[in-house]
This record gives sequence, C-alpha cells and structure tokens, in this order.
Amino acid sequence: MSEWTNPVTIQTALRSAGYLADARTAQVVYLAEQLGKPILAEGPAGVGKTALALAVAEATGRRLVRLQCYEGLDEGKALYEWNYHKQLLRIQTDEGKQWDELEGDIFTEDFLLERPLLAAIRSPEPVVLLIDEVDRVEVETEALLLEVLDAFQVTVPELGTMSARTRPFVVLTSNNSRELSEALKRRCLFLHVGYPSVHRERDILLSRVPELPEEMAKRIAEVVASIRNIPVRKAPSVSESIDWARTLLALAVQHVDGQITADTLHVLLKYQADIDKVSRELSLQTAEE
Amino acid sequence: MLIGLTDFADELREIGIPVSMVEVLDAADALRHVDLGDRTAVHAAMAATMVKNARHQDAFDLAFDVFFGLRPPPPSPTTELHGPADGADTAEGSSGGGSPADVSDLFEALVGALATGDQHALSALARRAVDRLSGFQPGRPVGGRYYLYRVMHRLDVDRLRSRLVEGLLAADDELGVDDELTTRLAVDTADRRIGAFRTEVEAEILRRLVQDRGPEAVSQTLRRPLVEDLDLMHATREELAMIADRIAPLARRLASRMSARRRRGQHGRLDVRRTIRRSLAHGGALLDPQWKPRRINKPELVMLCDVSGSMATFARFTMQLTYAIGHQFSNVRAFAFIDGIDEVTRFFAPGEDFEHAMARIAEEAQLIRHDGHSDYGTALECFTTEFFDAVTPSSTVIITGDARNNYRPTGEERLAKIADRARALLWINPEAKRYWDTGDSVMSRYGALCDGVFEVRTLRQLERFVESVALSRVKGLVPIS
Repeated sequence: MSEWTNPVTIQTALRSAGYLADARTAQVVYLAEQLGKPILAEGPAGVGKTALALAVAEATGRRLVRLQCYEGLDEGKALYEWNYHKQLLRIQTDEGKQWDELEGDIFTEDFLLERPLLAAIRSPEPVVLLIDEVDRVEVETEALLLEVLDAFQVTVPELGTMSARTRPFVVLTSNNSRELSEALKRRCLFLHVGYPSVHRERDILLSRVPELPEEMAKRIAEVVASIRNIPVRKAPSVSESIDWARTLLALAVQHVDGQITADTLHVLLKYQADIDKVSRELSLQTAEE
Repeated sequence: MLIGLTDFADELREIGIPVSMVEVLDAADALRHVDLGDRTAVHAAMAATMVKNARHQDAFDLAFDVFFGLRPPPPSPTTELHGPADGADTAEGSSGGGSPADVSDLFEALVGALATGDQHALSALARRAVDRLSGFQPGRPVGGRYYLYRVMHRLDVDRLRSRLVEGLLAADDELGVDDELTTRLAVDTADRRIGAFRTEVEAEILRRLVQDRGPEAVSQTLRRPLVEDLDLMHATREELAMIADRIAPLARRLASRMSARRRRGQHGRLDVRRTIRRSLAHGGALLDPQWKPRRINKPELVMLCDVSGSMATFARFTMQLTYAIGHQFSNVRAFAFIDGIDEVTRFFAPGEDFEHAMARIAEEAQLIRHDGHSDYGTALECFTTEFFDAVTPSSTVIITGDARNNYRPTGEERLAKIADRARALLWINPEAKRYWDTGDSVMSRYGALCDGVFEVRTLRQLERFVESVALSRVKGLVPIS
C-alpha cells in the first residue's frame, strides 16, 4: 500500500478493483492508511460497506480476514480457543508424565485454534481485517475488540501478549441497529455510506453489469431513486438494483416501462406491503388478478 | 488552524454533537495529512474524526459551511455562456430588485442548466440569482430562509418545474417510451435537480451571511435541535419522518437486548442426574456439566395509547413505536382510545404498512363513543369490561397520554383494577412535567396508582425509558424470529 499516497490514486485503485468510491470514501480510506486507524462504515444494508473492504483487499493484493459478528459472539469465536480435545488426547497418551512437563506441552501454539482476530494479528504479511456487522454483538463483546483495535495486540494468558507484526487495515461495518459504544467509535474513522446519487448509481451499475446499455442503466437508477423516495419498510439497496439490472438483462428487456417494472418489482422489494405500495405510488399497471 | 479547530469543536458541542478531546486531536492529526487547500479533503478529514453518528452529519455540514465557508472563486466560463457579463450587474446587484428581463434571462439559463444537470453552471447561476433577486442587505438581521424564499419565489419554481418536466419528457419521447412511469420519473428527476439548485442557493446565501456577520453570530441563529431533542408534541411533518426513522432501530435494540437476556437465562441450575450419566462416557470424569432449562415465564406487553386530537402528533409517534415493537415481539397487544377503546393489534401484523394500518384504524376501529374528546374514565371502563383478559399477572401495561380528561370522571378505580392485576403499570406523558395537573390534567391522580410515570417529550427521553425502565420490567418478551 506504499503507493497509496493520495486519495486520487486510491480512487483509481479501488475502481480497478470494481468499487466506485466517491471522493469522501477515498479520503477516509487514505486517512485510515495514513493514521493507521480502523474505518467504521455505517449505513443501510447493501450499499457496499462490506464491498469496500473486499475492494481494498483486492486492490492491495492483501489477504482478507473476515470476522462475521452475531449475537452471542464470544472470545472463543473471535480471538482464539484452546483445542480442548487435542489437549485431552495429549494428556491421555502422555499418562505418567509430571504435570510441569505436561503443562508446558499442552499450552503451546500447537494446541491454539486461531480465530479471525488473532489470525489477522499474527499474519506475517499485512492483511485487511473486516469486522462485519459489528452492531450485532453485545456491548460486552465490543470491549473485546478494543484491545485489538487500539494496540493491535492479543493477550493469551498462557502464552503472553502477541503484537501485530504488520498493521492490518481494519474495516468495521454497522447497519446501525444499535448505538455502538463511545469507546469503539472514538477509535475509528467514521464513514457514513448512504445511497448513491442517480449519477453514481448509474456508474456503479455500468461497472458491475458491463453488458448493460447506458440508457437503461440511467433509467434503472432513476426508478430506484424514485422508489427510495417512497417510505417503504425496506428500501431497495444498491445490490438489489444490480440484481434488478441483471434480471432485466436476462429477460432481454429493451425499455424499462411500467409493465416490466411491475412484473419484476419483487427483485427490488422484499415485502408484499412494500410492493403494493410502490405499485400504487408509481401507478404501475399490475397484471389483473 | 489549531485555534480554528478548537473553536469549531466548541461550536459542534454547542449544537449538541459530542466531540471528545481525543477526537479533536485526531482531527488535528488527520489534517496534517491532507491538502489544506482542498475543501473536500478538509471536510472529509474533520467529518471522519469528529462526527461518529450519521444523524449528526447534516448539523455538522451546516456548521462546517458556516465556519469554513469561503469557497474558491467560481470557475466563470459557464457564467459567460448564459447571459451578460457579471461586471455590469454587480453595481445594482446586491441592492436587490432585478428587472423582469433579468429574471426571465436567469429563468431561461436555469432551465438549460437544469435540463443537462450541469453542476458548474448551476453554482454560477445560484450566485447570480442571489446577487440579483435576494435583495440582500448587509447588517439586516433576517435569517437565510427569508432570502431563500425571495429568490425561489421570484424564479417561479412551479413554472420552472413544469418546464423542466416537459423538456425531460420530450427527450424521453425520442426514445419511444411513454407511460405513467416515465412521467413520474421525469417529475422526480426535476424535483431532485431543483432541490440541488436550491441547496446551491442556500449555500450561497449562507456564505454571504457569514461574510456579513461572522461565523459565530450566524451559527447561533442557525442552531436547530438534533433529532433526539425534538419535541414530539410539536414536531413538524419532516421532523416526524426523521423521528420515525429512529424508532425502528430502538425497537430492534429492545428486541436484541431481550433475546440476549433470554439466551443467557437459558442455563438454569445444574442437572446432577444427567451430568453423572454423561460422565460415564468419560470414565466417570465430570467433563460435561448438564443444566436444567430455566422456566421462562412469558409476560406480555399491553399498550394503551391516547390518540385523541390534542395528542395527534404524539399519537402518531406512539403508534409508530407500537408498530415497531409489534414487529419484534409476538406477545404485544395494542389498544387505542379516545373516549372509546378498541384493540388495534391486528392492524399491526408483521408485513403491514404503517400508513395503511393507520388509515384502517381511523376507519375500522371503534375509538369514539360520544363526542370524540378524550375521556380516560370511559376508556378505562370499556377496557376493564371488554378487554380485561388482556391483562394478566405477567403483563406490563404502558399507557401513553397527557392525562387531560376534559374535566370528566377519572375512573381511577378502573385504573386501580388494572394496576392490581398487572405486573407493572407504567405511564408515559408527552407533556413537560411543569404542565402536569394544570387545567384538566389529572396526571398525579392516575400517577399515584402507577409504578412509574415518565415524561417522554423527546426521543432521547424515550431511549432512556426503554433502556432503564422498560427493560427492567418487561422481561421475557418473545421475539419473532
């Protein structure tokens, strides 16, 4: 990443990895690299928060280490775990040995199961660490991340503290389903990823679905933008508009008109109530039932 | 620079955005790495280090514009393209006015720029429009809104919009598509572009205000409460929409907190018999302790919401809350009342649209018995006769309302009955505490029977209520998974 010396080169590098970063995103990625701070990307689902980490990994050729968060995630799943069964077997085969020898034997790296956070820190070459949907873990588990994000080190009582040999590039994503702790936010650079403008969404569509005619991409972006203006339960995300573009291509649609929109609305919207509402609002001709 | 930065941080704190000292240091650190001449870069650096909440973004942007608002001189080639040179009109420009010819000139140029969506041309036109049409007077103590109104009014936005839509549709016609969707898209596109122009004009006016009066004075007049501090009783339509966006995460948070609690609570006491039987597999070593599942009681949540006219805004909000909670939990029953009461749970089934649900409640639910003014006494009476089975010893009852009873019988004994049977009775009042018991409010008479009465005038207070009070009392709601 040594060549990432300014936001413009970053933007180009990300673009070649298939990610269209706006000026702000590029700036924040640049700062994260310069300051060695994690990025906290927040925003609605499916606007490319995770994709940002993937693109950074691809653009820099680094390995991606991913920690998917969920309720109930604990140390054993995030940091490391002792391979309990292997230890038991070891004890049984070594029966008759003195405890002192044995203890030194079974608490070694051979018996350590690396989980994503430890893996990212112990990796000899720099990695991109993606901590996905961090808002899903409980507040208590969040504290676990603090040591890692702060000093890039992990303490295993039996082995001592392991520090990162190389500094990982860290991206945390959050769907904002709950307020993250101040302590965590303070350590991160904050990046709000919202829905793109019509113009940018068109560009994204064109880069992700290269076979798409330009006129149609524009039209799709406009329809999606109009739908996002209608208050629905789950507004269509960028990934859904890409899906829609692919669907329309597969159906060999020439012009996106009301009829075809009505017929394929279920690709964009995931609730029947939303589909009904949007059809009504955009006065689409739905098929007679 | 550093002094500017601390002043700016102070301003952010004044607005209500929490900026810690560490974050100011981070901002200073980040600024060392960016080109200080590049406004976007400076903005991004400051925003990423000092604003950690998407809700505060707009307030931050405004403050940033006020403090660091002096933009680079305009790239002028586009200005010359559309109309006479700027030198001529600056003389009479700032004094206001602007002849009708000027206006129509501007109008035509604007139609052209909007049709192509040319950003540079739009900024230049915004500057010219403010020059000629706002009648900007230095030192005059009016807010930016006044000037904005003047400019947009004189430009005749409605006509602008219809011209733009026509133009867009004509372009579409060439492609051979023509249906209602196309029209709708053209209208939306026109609105979006005019909105962008409006933002430009606003920014331009702001820039002039700051030049005239200095950043501190301007930011003081522009300060607006953050979403979480808006008064729920008197929120505007836009504000309510912003508030609504915040309610769903709150309900989700409630749900995730609950389910975490339930999961943790699943380990009960040690099951000795099963543990020993398991140990036989390991030669008698007690490796794998077994636990008895804990008995989970399933308390319910019962919401009684006053939806009378005086509560209209707040009622919408409580209904939204009920709707959000109803989507997360299965054992919630919701009732709405004015002077009659009816169950509204069925309208809030998962998948139902909120607006649709509200419309159905207005049409189908029997909320009015007599005159349509709130009558807590009658409502409570109906509730205890018709729906009393909803209340069980494991239910928490939450009543939302201002307890303004129009001087009618209070029906306290009915409330006492509910309080007796329920596990907890909580009251949320959207009025400021100092107005309780004034006029026809009988809050303290009801309050005496409740386990807790809470002033909830803002989202912040609601969050506190949910976190501290509701969570401790409404244990074991069953999340819909």
